[in-house]
Amino acid sequence: MRYLPLTADDRSAMLAKIGAADMDALFRDVPKEAEAPLGAFDLPTAKGEIEVERILAKFAAQNVAAGNGPFFCGAGAYKHHIPATVDHLIQRSEFLTSYTPYQPEISQGTLQALFEFQTQVAALTGMDVANASLYDGSTATAEAVLMAMRVTKRGKAILSGGLHKHYVETVETVANLHGVIKRAMASPGRAEDLLPLIDTDTACVVVQSPDVFGLLRDLKPIADAAHAKGALLIAVVTEVVSLGLIASPGEQGADIVVAEGQSLGNGLNYGGPYVGLFAVREKFIRQMPGRLAGQTVDADGRRGFVLTLSTREQHIRRDKATSNICTNSGLCALAFTIHLSLLGEDGFTKLAAINHSRAVELADKLNAIPGVELITPSFFNEFTLKLPRNAAEVVETLAAKGILAGVPASRLGYADNLLIVAATETNTDEDVAAFATALEEVL
Amino acid sequence: MTTNELPTISGDRGLDHEEPLIFEIGRDGKCGVDFPDVTVGDTHLGGLRRKGKIGLPGLSEPEVVRLYVRLSRMNYAIDAGLYPLGSCTMKHNPRLGEKLARLPGFADLHPLAPMSAAQGALALMRELAHWLTTLTGMPAVALTPKAGAHGELCGILTIRAAIEARGEKRTRVLIPESAHGTNPASASFAGFTVDEIKATPEGRVDLDSLRSKLDTDVAAFMLTNPNTCGLFERDICEIARLVHAAGAYFYCDGANFNAIAGRVKPGDLGVDAMHINLHKTFSTPHGGGGPGAGPVVLSERLAPFAPLPLLVLENGAIRLIEDKSDAPQGSKPFGRMAAFHGQTGMFVRALAYMLSHGGDGIRQASEDAVLSANYVLASLKDVMSAPFEGPCMHEALFDDTWLHDTGVTTLDFAKVMIDEGYHPMTMYFPLVVHGAMLIEPTESESKESLDRFIHVLHTMAEEVKAGKTARFDGAPHLAPRRRLDETTASRKPVLKWKAPDLKQAAE
Repeated sequence: MRYLPLTADDRSAMLAKIGAADMDALFRDVPKEAEAPLGAFDLPTAKGEIEVERILAKFAAQNVAAGNGPFFCGAGAYKHHIPATVDHLIQRSEFLTSYTPYQPEISQGTLQALFEFQTQVAALTGMDVANASLYDGSTATAEAVLMAMRVTKRGKAILSGGLHKHYVETVETVANLHGVIKRAMASPGRAEDLLPLIDTDTACVVVQSPDVFGLLRDLKPIADAAHAKGALLIAVVTEVVSLGLIASPGEQGADIVVAEGQSLGNGLNYGGPYVGLFAVREKFIRQMPGRLAGQTVDADGRRGFVLTLSTREQHIRRDKATSNICTNSGLCALAFTIHLSLLGEDGFTKLAAINHSRAVELADKLNAIPGVELITPSFFNEFTLKLPRNAAEVVETLAAKGILAGVPASRLGYADNLLIVAATETNTDEDVAAFATALEEVL
Repeated sequence: MTTNELPTISGDRGLDHEEPLIFEIGRDGKCGVDFPDVTVGDTHLGGLRRKGKIGLPGLSEPEVVRLYVRLSRMNYAIDAGLYPLGSCTMKHNPRLGEKLARLPGFADLHPLAPMSAAQGALALMRELAHWLTTLTGMPAVALTPKAGAHGELCGILTIRAAIEARGEKRTRVLIPESAHGTNPASASFAGFTVDEIKATPEGRVDLDSLRSKLDTDVAAFMLTNPNTCGLFERDICEIARLVHAAGAYFYCDGANFNAIAGRVKPGDLGVDAMHINLHKTFSTPHGGGGPGAGPVVLSERLAPFAPLPLLVLENGAIRLIEDKSDAPQGSKPFGRMAAFHGQTGMFVRALAYMLSHGGDGIRQASEDAVLSANYVLASLKDVMSAPFEGPCMHEALFDDTWLHDTGVTTLDFAKVMIDEGYHPMTMYFPLVVHGAMLIEPTESESKESLDRFIHVLHTMAEEVKAGKTARFDGAPHLAPRRRLDETTASRKPVLKWKAPDLKQAAE
């Protein structure tokens, strides 16, 4: 087997040194009733690279990749162009095959990159500090709700109806055990009035902007109302590229900002691995979940970086930790940071502008089709259309024509006739025209 | 020897380069991507346009490449050397997985693409599930958890749902004092209180301690097997019987499954739920701390409560059940662990690893991992003290008894390993052993590599015992950095770069 360096002779020599008669002697603590011979596993035998590649390529070939044709799906995961440099650099052995940087003297590469990541995330979100990443946007949102309950010592969380359904369910799954979750009704294309729901038992209000239908939400009034009652505003961003054009949640008064960072540096990967961003106001640093890289000096006085404030974490605090998280999303965070380093202020704001202008152009074209109505008046790169018929059926019909037309809202439990459509810098004029023509045909 | 003995003008030393932060070298007017200029109106922005600058530095592509290549060279990596980090399993990461995960059919597949356009990805999940359930002898698996700790949480929430479905309320989870920190943290996250079980002098679960705490208030017993001392729990079948007799569930932390995969089925041991760290046993790269994946296999009794989404086969097509209202008869999903359907990119890598090894290769890998650890234990126990009688499983555990009165600590010893070109072993874990040093060589090392490693550690231990301890003081001396001041880092946290105060700098 190509991955196993020991030969039969090596094994015999090692057993002799140990003083064991055979391999079974090393497993002598396993109860006999629990020993499974090789024949007890109905599994194929070892294969060479050629065969494995053939098998997995066959699985891949049964999927329709976003790059195969005109593509407009979003709703929490976005197709963006990733510069070739990003994937090359994250595959450097020293980044790809290293462990969590617990030994800082020989992990400065990862630690310095995480410090840059934290600085970038804080700048994008308009917050004071960010952690070194969580699993993804949805789990980061759940962590934020629990953190708000800890900080305020209150048990009620109010979720906007515009929060992605998967995020709602992820929050409910853990936060229901620690408090009460109130979810506002979804109101596609319209901002619901959350203010009357906020009271002095409220730990936090969770608002996604752009919301799951693409609508931009004005966070400032909600932040003010929450603060007036001693509650926190948690802002959720599922499309980080929007932060290049839209006022940051920090600027709008958010206390905790969580985001899905997939759009930068990371592929669609059928839902994972992605990277969760988590940023807070300075006063909440010690209540944050997840790893933090911090700057310090070594014994010779040279600048260096370490994982810090680990007294919050499970390996020290055990059942009193701020979270159970251990492994995070390090390599995805690195991809995010390298992509954003390449973009810089200029590239990132241009990227955001291109996304918005593509979306406006597409929305205008589709809205002009008889029977189609654009229901999101303000949006970044994603909007929702009301169709005269079932949107899931339309999507299937267009998929058969090679166009992935968006996400039917019914996939997320919303109305049958709504279609959530995203446009990015990867869409061409031809894509936009093909979509408009095909949609008009099938309606 | 210190770095100051042969100063250089540049501050770099041969192949060791110092690298500033992107924020310190970036300048306006530079960009590493080329985009056309686009003017954007305000008509669709709802008055929410960003006004100020973000504060991102501008760099060209060559500058970005050089910066991150140089940074990477300040990292230790399994590709570059033996990485004996006990409990973390740093084994060879085959590049085949990287290549296959990047096929557009996987890497460029949208999670909410119509299911008709994702049949290959869904079939891959079923195939992975088949391997995991076959290897563990368990009937079902929840694939979505994103890491080991997330898997623990998933398993405990499944148990919680099963207990509630019985109309019972139980509030405690029992956990051995030697457990990974994630176990008590996950139980507490899931709303349970944690009660510790003692270890025997042989490093295993104290059955009397377990018996005395098992009652109708106990929801689950969480046990790592092989345990964190690197030992197989001999009484595990009896433990399972006791736990079940009390009406509780048996959770197994599968972080050490790589010692027994292909030789022992956890299902045969009476386990109800176990997470599998795909980034350990099935060698998806650790990536400097993630991403991982932590699918949870479930017993017949727990399977109905597995979280969304569920995979079902209908009329020859595979479908994801994404809403509770669509759940098949008898299925009562407790909720959802995360958005979408799990770490598909890691599933591809893990399946490539499994197919490459086959059932026979997985068994051989487990045996080689155990053999290598025992070889290290047998070769070093004449100079270093081992707290427990062997054989061990895939990890060799030493304590610091042998360091008494030498002035050298576990930390000093481990840091000299850095000067010798090795990553240190896991230190001070498990907590039940004083000054613990946990060495996991894995199956990826050749005998020559193991012999060299053993020679280095053996000689280091002899030096310590002979009183030649000067280089142990304040080690490492030869790494890109010497020991870092963690106390100041934590007392006065600096967690992001701040532009220097220009007025102050001018003074």
